[in-house]
Amino acid sequence: MATVTSNNINSDNRARSSKVESPWKVMLKRLRRNKLAIVGLVVLIIMAVAAIFAPFLTDFGRDETNLARSNAAPDAEYRLGADSLGRDIYTRLLYGARISLTVGFVATGLRIFIGVVLGGVAGYYGKTVDNIIMRIADIVSCLPFLPMAITFVAIRGPSIYNVMLVLAILGWPGIARIVRAEILSLREREFMEAATALGISDFKKITSHLIPNTMASIIVSATTGIADAILTESTLSFLGLGVAPPTPTWGNMLTDANNQFVLQHRWWQWVPPGLVIFIAVLSLNLLGDGLRDALDPRLKQ
Amino acid sequence: MAEQLRVDDRVELDDKDLVVVKNLKKYFPITGGFLKRVVGQVHAVEDISFTIRRGETLGIVGESGCGKSTTGRTILRLLEKTDGEVYYDGKEVFGLSKSEMVNLRTKMQIVFQDPYSSLNPRKTVAQICGEALVEHGLAKKGKEVNDIVSETIEKCGLAPYHIRRYPHEFSGGQRQRIGIARALTLNPEFIVCDEPVSALDVSIQSQIINLLMDLQQDMGLTYLFISHDLSVVKHISDRIGVMYLGNMVELAGKHDLYESPLHPYTQALLSAIPVPDPKKKRERIVLKGDIPSPANPPKGCTFHTRCPYAMDVCKEVTPEFIESAPDHFVACHLVNKR
Amino acid sequence: MENLLEVKDLKTYFYTEDGVVPAVDGVDFELKPGQTLGIVGESGCGKSVTSLSILRLVPNPPGRIVEGEILFEGKDLVQATESEMQHIRGNDIAMIFQEPMTSLNPVFTIGKQIMEAIMLHQNLDKNAAREKCIEMLKLVGIPRAEQAIDEYPHQFSGGMRQRAMIAMALSCNPKLLIADEPTTALDVTIQAQIIELMKDLKDKLNTAIILITHDLGVVAEMCEHVIVMYAGKVVEEADILELYTDPKHPYTVGLMKSKPSLDDNRDRLEVIPGAVPNPLDMPEGCTFHPRCPHAMDICREKQPHLINNEEGRKVRCWLYEKEGEVK
Repeated sequence: MATVTSNNINSDNRARSSKVESPWKVMLKRLRRNKLAIVGLVVLIIMAVAAIFAPFLTDFGRDETNLARSNAAPDAEYRLGADSLGRDIYTRLLYGARISLTVGFVATGLRIFIGVVLGGVAGYYGKTVDNIIMRIADIVSCLPFLPMAITFVAIRGPSIYNVMLVLAILGWPGIARIVRAEILSLREREFMEAATALGISDFKKITSHLIPNTMASIIVSATTGIADAILTESTLSFLGLGVAPPTPTWGNMLTDANNQFVLQHRWWQWVPPGLVIFIAVLSLNLLGDGLRDALDPRLKQ
Repeated sequence: MAEQLRVDDRVELDDKDLVVVKNLKKYFPITGGFLKRVVGQVHAVEDISFTIRRGETLGIVGESGCGKSTTGRTILRLLEKTDGEVYYDGKEVFGLSKSEMVNLRTKMQIVFQDPYSSLNPRKTVAQICGEALVEHGLAKKGKEVNDIVSETIEKCGLAPYHIRRYPHEFSGGQRQRIGIARALTLNPEFIVCDEPVSALDVSIQSQIINLLMDLQQDMGLTYLFISHDLSVVKHISDRIGVMYLGNMVELAGKHDLYESPLHPYTQALLSAIPVPDPKKKRERIVLKGDIPSPANPPKGCTFHTRCPYAMDVCKEVTPEFIESAPDHFVACHLVNKR
Repeated sequence: MENLLEVKDLKTYFYTEDGVVPAVDGVDFELKPGQTLGIVGESGCGKSVTSLSILRLVPNPPGRIVEGEILFEGKDLVQATESEMQHIRGNDIAMIFQEPMTSLNPVFTIGKQIMEAIMLHQNLDKNAAREKCIEMLKLVGIPRAEQAIDEYPHQFSGGMRQRAMIAMALSCNPKLLIADEPTTALDVTIQAQIIELMKDLKDKLNTAIILITHDLGVVAEMCEHVIVMYAGKVVEEADILELYTDPKHPYTVGLMKSKPSLDDNRDRLEVIPGAVPNPLDMPEGCTFHPRCPHAMDICREKQPHLINNEEGRKVRCWLYEKEGEVK
């Protein structure tokens, strides 16, 4: 044995430095170089923190009305003005962030869960199972989104949970396709054959070899997926099919701005929620693009 | 499983034989059309028989598409056979139940060609090499596994502190060492080496070849060494089988094979290797034409389309794989007529 | 005789996000008309980048020729304009690559692709170009050339595609052919066919060839003169016979000994320990010293020069500088 070790202890300096570079660390290092993505990330963190600490950032209660000051323009007391019931718009934006962001994250989480399970099973087992699952995915993605969502919410009643559910049910095929495609190509890689040769069980092979390797592309599509979910929630709430008042969301705050007069003379009732939605979605998309670049192996060297 | 053994009278199941392959066939279906019907078959392995003796290295050489990798993978039951039998230590591999198969997996392992795709990029060396120990309940997760893995990678020429590293932090040669360590952690008896040095640079190739030979001596391993590089195979093997288009055309001890090759294909293959010596001029047999498609192999002897000595009989009758000299098997009408 | 090509102190660097990679770091060599030069080395030694630099095909960014001259028939290609280069590429200097499938366009017939090159560079009309194309396909030994001209690349086997690539490269009678690992992707028996073909064509057409390969066997069969590269530098240059009978640089020696041969019966292969250095973190002094069995103190501190003797034999090693064996 002596010969082997003495001859072969590698003088290669690549793995010599003492820091362990996990694939995630490498990704973060690359992400840090993308300034726009970092800006997006910082904005999102600020929004999330503001949502969590909303009660400490405002003197008003969420649904506190003051009819004497209804439709008040921004001033020292109402920093972003008041709505038709005299509620502080700034306060409602903070609380609205809670709902809008939660809907975005939870709906996307659900969507990913369904997509990963179905896409993973389809990709790994292939053949008939694959055919059945992917044909269902085809059908689901053929359904027109808004009519389906409106029907679903109309039947089940408008609530935050139904919004999340409809987003997940109609949105999983995209994720499932990505996961399936990744698994199909990973399945051909030799490390999967090695796992078979080592006698690793099917369950372990899927959960500890295949899924972790699809995480990168899942995260990228999740980031942009959250943006979509926030937009959809706004749309549904704007149509009065999302979260029921008085609970504020960025979407139902826009509902007030449904007539010419408000649009022309009370800009503070619709510009702030619109702007916040715009900034949140833009930030998520910037971050998503940044993650995609950071994870793209083709850009390496 | 013993009652399932159908012992052919030609090949005795000898105690010194670890692996016996009999009339193994592996076809891959070609699907086409809208309904994915089977429209044809790739004859990847066409009726091959050989044995691998305990402690030896059997080399298999051949060009791309000759079925050498498929043979290795089918023996390990990474692919299901189409026909024939594979005995490992007297047991028919394809007759084993799922749990018996899992147990057998600890005894036979594989080392792959591509050091990049053969390691999971998201796992540390400890996880890559230790996973199977946990799966088979041979060691407890944590320190116990890590100790075994450290010891194994040290045997393979890496340092113990490497176990926390990820594959992308290593060079090609080092990755190949990790791949070898992964195969060794279960303490196997038999390893299929599928082109383990083909993707490496010349100076790294020799390191890995020496490592494999040292490990064989230390651990009493049996190798099936698959490669397209005849000089590498000659260096590491005891006996060598030559494959062409799914068939084994010649099998003999290495000196026998290199000094007196009997099959015209072996002769051409040997003469085709460029000699790293400008003064030596080898008489070269340049084969005409290309290797036929394994989806549509020629009738009779599959080599007859390129064989310089092809006779009428070669176009019609498949030559038998016969021991024409002691321990020297050939499938050729030209040789076996004598 | 006049030199066809002179490369002087060529430096091609890659500017990556992790730092500067000196892929080619001061390479000198010259080539006479009709001569065959082999460039040998392992992956990452800069042999392919050298050839891409000659044709100015280094992707920019991240790559850039930062220094040096490439004199082709006296003209400096480093300073040439892009349109001048377009005229030279394919016409005076042609190149064939390792993977013939990726260098042929799958949606055009073989004939169309070869004819395009001929019509562009030789001012022939379509019929004449077609005739010339068939003639070239016959020359490289493609059977049924009249039909094969109208076939698509996927209908060709690997060996046939490489023949078609050679036909395309030679169709304009280039003065220099650069062959980058032309047989590496091919099977042994097909490799033998291509080597025989290239040797045959070399004698017929008197084209100078730069053969880039990692296979010392292929070099021994084809080349007259060889340079050995390591980590972006030329470490040894010699005539083929001298190099194989008396290799000087420890790297060349190690490379030759580490390859098993059909004719030896050694139990153990000799080994060059370690691996090629990380180009972002090159060792001080001689880049080979961490792997060199003869490393001395000076090797760790100062870079050796490429020392030259009268017979065109060059070696970059302190061993010889000190002993004065090669001046």
